[in-house]
Amino acid sequence: MSGQRVLVKGVEAIALGALEGGCECYFGYPITPQNEIPEIMSVELPKRGGVFLQAESETSAINMVLGASAVGARVMTSSSSPGISLMSEGFSYLIALELPCVIVNVMRGGPGLGGIEVSQGDYFQAVKAPGHGDGKFLVFAPYSCEEAYELTAKAFELADLYRNPVLILSDAILGQMKEPLTLEPLNIRKIPKDDWALTGAKGRPSRVIKSLFLDSAELAERNLRLKRKYQEMEREIRFEWIGEGSERVIAVAFGSMARITKEAVLWLRKMGYDVGFFRPITLFPFPKRVLREIAEKGNPKVFLVFELNLGQMIEDVVISLSGLGKAISIPYPPSVLPFPEDIEKEILKWLNFSPFQGA
Amino acid sequence: MEKEIRYEIILSGFGGQGILFAGNLLALCGMYQGFNVSFLPVYGPEMRGGTCHCTVIISQREIASPLVREPGYLIILNLPSFLKFIPRLKSGGLALVNSDLVRIEDISEYEALSVGKRVVSLPLNTLAEKAGASMAVNLCALGAFNGLLELFSEDTFKEALKEFLGKEKAHLFEVNLRAYEMGYRAVRELHSG
Amino acid sequence: MAQLFTFPRSLKSNLFHYCPGCHHSIIHRILCEVIDELGIRERTVGIASIGCACFLYFYIDVDIVEAPHGRSCSTATGIKRARPDLVVFTYQGDGDFSAIGLGDSLHSASRGEKITAIMINNTVYGMTGGQVSPTTLLNQKTTTTPEGRRPDRDGYPLKVAEILAGFEGVAFCARTAVNTPKRVLESKRILRRAFEVQLEERGFSYVEFLSACPVNWKMDPIKANWHVNTLTEVFPLGILKG
Repeated sequence: MSGQRVLVKGVEAIALGALEGGCECYFGYPITPQNEIPEIMSVELPKRGGVFLQAESETSAINMVLGASAVGARVMTSSSSPGISLMSEGFSYLIALELPCVIVNVMRGGPGLGGIEVSQGDYFQAVKAPGHGDGKFLVFAPYSCEEAYELTAKAFELADLYRNPVLILSDAILGQMKEPLTLEPLNIRKIPKDDWALTGAKGRPSRVIKSLFLDSAELAERNLRLKRKYQEMEREIRFEWIGEGSERVIAVAFGSMARITKEAVLWLRKMGYDVGFFRPITLFPFPKRVLREIAEKGNPKVFLVFELNLGQMIEDVVISLSGLGKAISIPYPPSVLPFPEDIEKEILKWLNFSPFQGA
Repeated sequence: MEKEIRYEIILSGFGGQGILFAGNLLALCGMYQGFNVSFLPVYGPEMRGGTCHCTVIISQREIASPLVREPGYLIILNLPSFLKFIPRLKSGGLALVNSDLVRIEDISEYEALSVGKRVVSLPLNTLAEKAGASMAVNLCALGAFNGLLELFSEDTFKEALKEFLGKEKAHLFEVNLRAYEMGYRAVRELHSG
Repeated sequence: MAQLFTFPRSLKSNLFHYCPGCHHSIIHRILCEVIDELGIRERTVGIASIGCACFLYFYIDVDIVEAPHGRSCSTATGIKRARPDLVVFTYQGDGDFSAIGLGDSLHSASRGEKITAIMINNTVYGMTGGQVSPTTLLNQKTTTTPEGRRPDRDGYPLKVAEILAGFEGVAFCARTAVNTPKRVLESKRILRRAFEVQLEERGFSYVEFLSACPVNWKMDPIKANWHVNTLTEVFPLGILKG
């Protein structure tokens, strides 16, 4: 299969990436638009000696993930927005117990049952508070099948490396569109787990994996340790940047919105317009420093943040800029999907208007 | 300067006409021909009855947006699809229309809708039936479309069809190929005639 | 001279934090004796649940992972499916197993997961201060049924063992108590059988312990111990299946 070029949906690319990343176990519950992932895993994992189980709910699925992770297996689950909410208690435990796993959220419109149309409404949930307490995921937002394949595979290695869940944040468009994918071997590393996994207390003292710390000093220390880990994760920051730094308008977007935005920016640049493009690939940790460095270069800048939600990533952009330049939110609620032409219009509006000159 | 190859195509019909099948296959043919491709289905409620459409892009360069507001090409299999998408077709764009279900004489504002646009009408249902493949109107359309544009070779098409049908549906290869060839030939005859 | 009695290898020497008269400590001990006798300590993983026994790992010297409230059977499923060679048990209260976790419990049983689930049924939420539980007896006073459990308002006691016994995936199902020496010995035999069923890979095994909660029953330890007999009128003891 290696080197083969196939035409696959984004969700299929995620499943293939998981297999490439050495996934041993999958636990999940059906929800549109990501059902191809469990369907593929139900066929492919048993072939490789792995485990597939459809749970009775998302809550039980995430706790099966917890169990398999505690005994050292490479394990994943996938769902879509409402199902992800149901899993959030388990997310908090997984983070607190420092158990590695890969979670996929193929976002759909919310809140509530919402719809099955494309949305990026779960940005906050993904990067700010996946569950209760001060826990964080390492969050990747792929924007193509190639990236979905590569980042999902890599997610298994990084989850093990940091002993923390890694979230792949996708959406209904990225999940359901088909693109060519070249199945390259990715050399995903195996990270030893001998020093913590529960394998039976043979020839060593028994181990406990727990998150209950009634001693307040212990709990504080645990939280600070997690924080240090999140800081270490900054090594994994990835982004895409098109521009020289002299541009006056920078379009910022992630995931499927970045596809549409990039089309508009590339066209405008070809036409000679002064516009750049910034796409965070890691949403947590957010590429703050890079964005700040772009803001520091050349002219004062307007950052237009295009999102398929009411304006969430804009807050991270504002924090990154810390007062430099101007950040403007261009939000699109679920079902209101802009075309590249709409993005062009927005950018042109700001190119023709300078907020930094006096009235 | 040589013109960059880029085709933006919307395929539309009603559920059951095999729109997604045709769009998917078209993208696969494009990929086998060495292009970058994207295939974006509209899924969800539209799948159950009503119109069903998908967007296929075939391009020499990287494809950023899989969404297209004004496609250069349309493959239209029924009347609601015609009315929905013909206004979005680029000026000078080309629409392949199934005349069995889209009768120009029934569309009062036809002139206004199609001004500056090229419309190629073919009785795709009739042609498919003639090929002994009444269920393969979609493939007939694909054949006719490729007859107009010569995007990919027949060998590429056969390779893609075989791959797409897989082992389970391999028995459908011949009937689909016949429908494709029927559409292809009908367009060539139209052009030479 | 033959040694007749010893401190179980699987029991840690920490002092129990349980209230006077609570049965958790007796059940911990027989669980450890069973693990020792079967020689499975080095390949056993336990699930600590939310409730009075959440500190299971202070006392039982096997690998232990903590699960969110009610999810122990799902966590056990993940462990057993990923590493079938491990012996896996859950240790849950009636609130954990039969209220918040009933879905997880029943589906794990229905799938015939090769795990051993232990439910300590003391008819109240012990750790949170004695609120009503699915297994609270009719007319029993709790902090949230101060006038006693009324069926028209609070429903009826949930008979978990009777439900599980009807499941095809359940290979062993029993209810027992530890309020007399004879019952302690019998309980140990039952618990051993439940683990053997897991080792024989026959399906889900379940043991329910009727257990005293003197503090929340507002009884002294001796009275609470004998009050367990009243519980057996609603929750009869015995091996229901296997």
